[in-house]
Amino acid sequence: MTTMAANSLSAETVLQWFQNCAETYEHHQDELTQLDAAIGDADHGANMARGFTAVRAKLAGLKGNDIGTIFKTVAMTLISTVGGASGPLYGTLFLQAVAGANGKMALTQEELVSVFSAGLKGLMSRGKAMVGEKTMVDALVPAVEALKPVGDDSISAALNRAVVAAQKGSDSTVPLVAKKGRASYLGERSAGHRDPGAASSVLLLEALQRAIQSSV
Amino acid sequence: MKKLINSVDNVVTEALHGFAAAHSDLVKVNFDPKYITRAEAPVKNKVAIISGGGSGHEPMHGGFVGKGMLDAACPGAVFTSPTPDQMLAATKAVEGGKGTLHIVKNYTGDVMNFELAADMARADGLQVQSVVIDDDVAVKDSTWTAGRRGVGTTILAEKICGAAAEAGQSLSEVSDLCKKVNARGRSMGMALTSCTVPHVGKPTFALPEDEMEIGVGIHGEPGRIRMKLKPADEIVELLMEPIISDLPYQSGDEVLLFVNGLGGTPLLELYIVYNKAAEIARKAGLKITRNFVGSYITSLEMAGTSITLLKLDAQLTKLWDAPVHTPALRWGV
Repeated sequence: MTTMAANSLSAETVLQWFQNCAETYEHHQDELTQLDAAIGDADHGANMARGFTAVRAKLAGLKGNDIGTIFKTVAMTLISTVGGASGPLYGTLFLQAVAGANGKMALTQEELVSVFSAGLKGLMSRGKAMVGEKTMVDALVPAVEALKPVGDDSISAALNRAVVAAQKGSDSTVPLVAKKGRASYLGERSAGHRDPGAASSVLLLEALQRAIQSSV
Repeated sequence: MKKLINSVDNVVTEALHGFAAAHSDLVKVNFDPKYITRAEAPVKNKVAIISGGGSGHEPMHGGFVGKGMLDAACPGAVFTSPTPDQMLAATKAVEGGKGTLHIVKNYTGDVMNFELAADMARADGLQVQSVVIDDDVAVKDSTWTAGRRGVGTTILAEKICGAAAEAGQSLSEVSDLCKKVNARGRSMGMALTSCTVPHVGKPTFALPEDEMEIGVGIHGEPGRIRMKLKPADEIVELLMEPIISDLPYQSGDEVLLFVNGLGGTPLLELYIVYNKAAEIARKAGLKITRNFVGSYITSLEMAGTSITLLKLDAQLTKLWDAPVHTPALRWGV
């Protein structure tokens, strides 16, 4: 039974994930804004904090619901409160994840991978971005790849790998010249700065990692 | 940070309350979600025109809601795109039976949020078309960037399309006209100072006393080149050359010359800019038949200017001259 529990992600843990997100985006608000001020328009921290504060207000009412319903509520809340580019992008990530999580009170590791893959595919088609263009995609693509089961695996181990991969991906954006988003207007001057979207994607995965760790 | 505000969290909401109180004869403001419509909306049997974008660019867009121009405007947080629920609610509030045109400035966030809104509106059976304005020649390698930004031409498109909608044109006609204005408009801007986003509390970028940024947008994002400050005439040359060379103008072409202030530059200086810009245009053989000078698309308190040239023809001139009555623009009525 313990291995079963360790190897699935419950609806309760998903709610804890978004609770953690609200805390982490509040905590890192200034840091994200500083990153955005360097190459964008200095609103990313405030936008993410506003969005997940609105999400947190809905979590209590979501207790007992399936993961698909939770994802849908999170998606619609982010789309209607975040604004900027990150609202539609993170909103689409969760909206496209709904189908694979509908009616489910827990996700297996395989289901988690397919839910994340579907979300990422939606996000990439909304943002028309590929790896190497200095965006959140640079953190999310390797992270989702790292979630895939290897040998005698657990969701917890997979998340640890995903977080490391996302951090590496975020680091990889530093020397890049931006080709998407507002940073692209800077051309060569965008090099030497971390992409704020990649940084907020790392925070998103770390929040899930903490939720899983505290559930086992 | 020194600003005339009460709390950073309520800047947009409090400003909207003041806007509603000051212009109740012309507009109605809805607060949840936030959008501004004409007082008489919906106008039956007329194409509705909506625009929107982050706050901090006033009078754009709310100041251009009214007869002869926009039917609704959706304000986002400062420098942040509004959200699809605002645009969807605004579209429903102004729909007059002939469809709705969304005029969108080319910024990643604005484009994505308006795309989502148009998808939702169409899913609800509404007729919506969108035109993206991208007139900023400071952004060069458009294949490798998010594309040229939408700046000064946006207002000219809103005015001209507003007049066409008022004259009874169809949604596809107004939409084609908007594309035509965008294709014939070119802009470039520069900053003398940065600006301070209320939420952030300090200037977005640091600019030494003797330096300026050429090729800035309208969100406090740094420009493409930083250089030593020069006299106004030389700065105007740096802005006009890329504009004129970008669009194949022919000697004798009629143009509208729009000199815009970014929020912290006095009209006194804008006329110095206009003087030189008009001289350069004349030397290039252009006939300035219409002009527009003032701070209409701003970047909070940024000091600086942007210049827009729009190549006119008889149709565009007639629509530019048509009556307009909004909080920020009024003529012919």
